[in-house]
Amino acid sequence: MKKSILSKLSYSVVSATLLAGLLSGCGAKGTGGTGDVIKIGVNLELSGAVASYGQSIAEGIDLGVEEINKNGGVDGKKIELIKIDNKSDAAEATNAAIKLTSQDKVTAIIGAATSGNTKAQVQIASDNKTVLLTPSGTSTDLTGTDGSVLDYIFRTCFIDPFQGSVAANFAATKLNVKKAAIFGDSANDYAKGLATSFKETFAAAGGTIVAEEAYASKDTDFRATLTRIKAANPEFVFIPGYYEEVGLIIKQAREMGITVPFMGGDGWDSPKLVELAGADALNNTFITNHYSSGDPDEKIQKFVTAFKGKFNDKSPDAFNALGYDSIYLLSDSIKRAGSTDGEKIKDAMAQTKDLALISGTFKFDEMHNPIKTATVLEYKDGKQVFNTKVNP
Amino acid sequence: MDWLQQLINGISLGSIYALIALGYTMVYGIIRLINFAHGDVFMIGSFVGFYAITGLGLSIIPALILAMAVCALLGVVIERIAYKRLRNASRIAALITAIGVSLLIEYGTIYFRGAQLEVFPSALPTKSFNLWGATISVQSILILSISVVLMIILQIVVRRTKVGKAMRAVSHDVEAARLMGINVDRTISATFAIGSALAGAAGVIFGIYYTKIEPLMGVIPGLKAFVAAVLGGIGIIPGAAIGGLVLGLVETLVSALGYSNWRDAAAFIILILILIFKPSGILGKNSREKV
Repeated sequence: MKKSILSKLSYSVVSATLLAGLLSGCGAKGTGGTGDVIKIGVNLELSGAVASYGQSIAEGIDLGVEEINKNGGVDGKKIELIKIDNKSDAAEATNAAIKLTSQDKVTAIIGAATSGNTKAQVQIASDNKTVLLTPSGTSTDLTGTDGSVLDYIFRTCFIDPFQGSVAANFAATKLNVKKAAIFGDSANDYAKGLATSFKETFAAAGGTIVAEEAYASKDTDFRATLTRIKAANPEFVFIPGYYEEVGLIIKQAREMGITVPFMGGDGWDSPKLVELAGADALNNTFITNHYSSGDPDEKIQKFVTAFKGKFNDKSPDAFNALGYDSIYLLSDSIKRAGSTDGEKIKDAMAQTKDLALISGTFKFDEMHNPIKTATVLEYKDGKQVFNTKVNP
Repeated sequence: MDWLQQLINGISLGSIYALIALGYTMVYGIIRLINFAHGDVFMIGSFVGFYAITGLGLSIIPALILAMAVCALLGVVIERIAYKRLRNASRIAALITAIGVSLLIEYGTIYFRGAQLEVFPSALPTKSFNLWGATISVQSILILSISVVLMIILQIVVRRTKVGKAMRAVSHDVEAARLMGINVDRTISATFAIGSALAGAAGVIFGIYYTKIEPLMGVIPGLKAFVAAVLGGIGIIPGAAIGGLVLGLVETLVSALGYSNWRDAAAFIILILILIFKPSGILGKNSREKV
């Protein structure tokens, strides 16, 4: 299976390279920087399984480019987007990256929405010294592993474990709790990552973990474990996991008289959560997320109004915001680099500092993961309400 | 009063296992078939209850009765179509057919309505009260009473009625029962109907108690109920009730001690141990195999 995918991949890589070579041979225009435009490649899931992510990001990018070009572009040059649909497929994403780097000779690439399709472009982007910026690929190893960073790869979203430390800080500083319990999915990397970082940050903030329990996905009866948690008397329960189980946990916990605040990450974010747990049980629970359209911040409200104006009164979601931020992040780096040379742009991007955008104020750590504010939402009568912003 | 709370948790869980296990054990007792489709009849019961409450606007008791009726019918249909013609075939053929029926129901349901989960409406008040420090929800009391009432009715049917007498006779010796003028086919159908109705009731109760229902929800409770039936002594009706309760309590105990990841493993370790040391189960008498 693996072999056949690999051979299929290498076949398409070879054929795409040949094709790209042929086409660029006919009419090479030089690099994306020459002339009056800066070409930015957009390699997104515009169709296929996760099309809704890709389309949302593309809308955000479109709005951003429109604004930037209206305000004079980047150093007097307009941004020109070259969008390719990778059809939610890794091999297609690789092909698109090859076309963008060798044929269109773009200055940088934004994409893809998922970690897998971003990974499929990492090699091509690195080989061509082209900055690759993923708006929403959260997998930790995308930008490098074991402390060795991939120079040209960046991301706009925060990584999963980050949400755990945000939750811990929120619990310790805003809710002023000292004793927390963790109840997480035992077999899920997302939940484990969140739990580990929560534990570390909460301990560093002077809190103690009084109970640490686990469940398996597809479980339906959590009462026995919840009784244990109740006996440990926590002031706060952190539940990293997905809405299917979390909904039942919250419902059963409230029935058993556990009234303390609960908190989780973006895995909770589904309308089904409200149905499963019930709006009453969800009161006094919190989630971390990339952004909230209900944030009173002036910059964010301006973005919400602009977005609604362009897209038929549609309220922008987190993916819209991340797409919008990606294009601004990139144009800021190009401006500071003063050049469309990939090497200079990646250095400039790595040094991004105090860049206030929609999903937070940006700065990158040495692994190219953004250190930025996260938004905390509170459930009130089944609705997500903006609560506060927390620094990691 | 943690132990009291855990005891209540265990009994609530156990009574659902017990209701499903009753159907397993009745069918096994009468035709020596482990009806693996039983867990899926339970799932269908849950969905019938769900649609009865949300679609037809019924209240809880009529929805329960409707689910039981639909499941009874389904049980009879399954028996007539799939198992009847295999009555004289080898046991393994019947067992494989049962697995086939199970998959057919699961994926048939997914085909017709998709695999997405559904949220069971809370048809009962969600109030709870305190008893010596333990929190007991009104729901779990009602669930427990429905389970107990159904088990008592079953006991009366099996012990006091003509159908029950016929069932016991067929389970004892099919040929002799036939010679005595008992309509064996009809008795077997009645057994399937009663067992499936109980599974349907368990489905509705499960929906109320655990909220989330989906097409593959019957798999794990079905297997657990099978363990419960074996634990109590397969083919013995009170054994299924006892096995279900014991299993619910053991699982709760394992979680209560902080080994929640081992909870499912514990159920199947019990199955292995009972098969090694006392294959006839808690209430079973050692019977010599006739050659």
